[in-house]
Amino acid sequence: MEAFTTHTGRVVPLRRSNVDTDQIIPAVWLKQVSRTGFEKGLFSAWREDPGFVLNQPAYQGASILVSGPDFGTGSSREHAVWALQQYGFRVVIAARFGDIFRNNSTKMGLLPVVLPAETVEALQSAAEADPALEVTVDLGERRVVWAGESAGFEIDDYTRWRLMEGLDDIGLTLRNADDIAAYENGRQSWLPTTV
Amino acid sequence: MGRTLAEKVWEQHVVRRAEGEPDLLYIDLHLVHEVTSPQAFDGLRMAGRKVRRPDLTIATEDHNVPTVLGPISDPVSKTQVETLRKNCAEFGVRLHPMGDAGQGVVHIIGPQFGLTQPGMTIVCGDSHTSTHGAFGGIAFGIGTSEVEHVLATQTLPAYRPKTMAIEVSGELPTGVTAKDLILAIIAKIGTGGGQGYIVEYRGEAVRKLSMEGRMTVCNMSIEAGARAGMIAPDETTFEYLKGRPHAPTGAAWDAAVEYWKSLTTDADAVFDTVVEIDASTLTPFVTWGTNPGQGAPLGTAVPVPEETDDPAAARRALEYMGLTAGTPLREIAVDTVFVGSCTNGRLEDLRAAAEVLRGRKVVTRTLIVPGSMLVKLQAEQEGLHEVFKAAGAEWREAGCSMCLGMNPDTLAPGERSASTSNRNFEGRQGKGGRTHLVSPAVAAATAVTGKLTAPADLA
Repeated sequence: MEAFTTHTGRVVPLRRSNVDTDQIIPAVWLKQVSRTGFEKGLFSAWREDPGFVLNQPAYQGASILVSGPDFGTGSSREHAVWALQQYGFRVVIAARFGDIFRNNSTKMGLLPVVLPAETVEALQSAAEADPALEVTVDLGERRVVWAGESAGFEIDDYTRWRLMEGLDDIGLTLRNADDIAAYENGRQSWLPTTV
Repeated sequence: MGRTLAEKVWEQHVVRRAEGEPDLLYIDLHLVHEVTSPQAFDGLRMAGRKVRRPDLTIATEDHNVPTVLGPISDPVSKTQVETLRKNCAEFGVRLHPMGDAGQGVVHIIGPQFGLTQPGMTIVCGDSHTSTHGAFGGIAFGIGTSEVEHVLATQTLPAYRPKTMAIEVSGELPTGVTAKDLILAIIAKIGTGGGQGYIVEYRGEAVRKLSMEGRMTVCNMSIEAGARAGMIAPDETTFEYLKGRPHAPTGAAWDAAVEYWKSLTTDADAVFDTVVEIDASTLTPFVTWGTNPGQGAPLGTAVPVPEETDDPAAARRALEYMGLTAGTPLREIAVDTVFVGSCTNGRLEDLRAAAEVLRGRKVVTRTLIVPGSMLVKLQAEQEGLHEVFKAAGAEWREAGCSMCLGMNPDTLAPGERSASTSNRNFEGRQGKGGRTHLVSPAVAAATAVTGKLTAPADLA
């Protein structure tokens, strides 16, 4: 996983609620067996509309997506995270995220930042007024800073540490392989196996 | 203080707990399908890792498979299915491929084999894994990174979600089903209402549901944003499990049942949140918008956006759906009816649809897609396929089908469906397609009239 410490970039204001993962990447793109090439599928149905925010020249190259509430609901497809990252996003800011999407993001190094709905709207308005606006997301300080404004966000210490170090969860878990083996020895004998 | 069912099952599976870290949770069963696993198996290969417990892992082909006989025509879908076959062979994972008697939608086959049992932790790279919570376990969807983690370690690091009780008092009126209940619950609490929670469905109406109805309810927990949904096991659960291929037998069965009976929320346990619903007030429920929370009783009308909780989203949804505020829902004409999916592709669902279609004719394209090959076989043994065919419906092979349109079963742009699946998202059933979520009974009645209809409306 790519480590995340601090990131400064421009913002894409996405003024929609309930942006489900089927919109982030429609199912037709999920047939690939590789981990690359998903940027073409990002919001592919919405991008057919020339007026869609990602198509506006002013927002090209932006790396922070600021969305309405309940971003990443629905399907568990991690392809949604891959598509956002491969398109160039490092951070998604919203008032609320789908649980699985948020989990998937932190496994991949895409930072999901929860801010109050009013703050999200203020940030969207600021980016609409000035698409060149630069925003800094500082994971160490747990803070988003823009144009003299600043907002703190919460993230648990463990996830923050893992993201800042860019650590692989599997490697961390395998340090506790003895605990897993001990647990397995105590499992009830009636539990089913697939063999 | 007493503990909730969710807390009991969680605690039973904690492998390691350390201050300032998520719990390391043991996973009793890992279900795998072709769409969310190829990159996970690749990851194992690159790191030189094995599947730790192939004996707690099972795979099936469901999302991409055609529901008509013959090979997969889409080369990309075909590659994905072939990749799963290669991976399962290489890593020693049991696979039920297309054409196999055990093949089916991943959430249909687990319970069908008796692999889904009370008190278990079950995961799958699919959000509708919440289905399995109907047996009183903790079951939730994960992404591909976590699929790889479970394959490699049989565990997941996770923080225990908060607990929510949804208390459903009273009895469901005749003609009102588990699907109507869960659609009404989602409309009440919203698509984010369950975010951060494990939901336990409780109360008289839930206790009276069959196992299949309970699976329908738990299946759509994710549509309310919940991490998982669960129902305490009882005699209905034990009755369903007894005699299934992977259920315990003899003394092991007795020991298991004794333990399973302890899997209830203690009387003095406290939930973080409690939601109450009176089942006796419910009627057939349908969605009008583009998320599962945008639903209403069939007897009402398309809402006025300004009168909803999120007017901007409602306006956008009505535009996408091609609907006008104030139109009675019963006047909405559909082109296609889909009965199937992990939500409503089980035998009871097919029986409910057949009961309505018996002796009637459909006026829409109507796809009846059994959730598994076994469901198909059982339905045919009961003659349900003859009822569907006589009515003019298409009787298909098992798979996810039009629920998400990864196979050839899709809606054309602008086409409208009444669907027993779980998501009415924009483009879910095909680009530009418009979806109304309904119960199997409403789907069948709608196929007869061509407009959203409850069975009671039919002469």
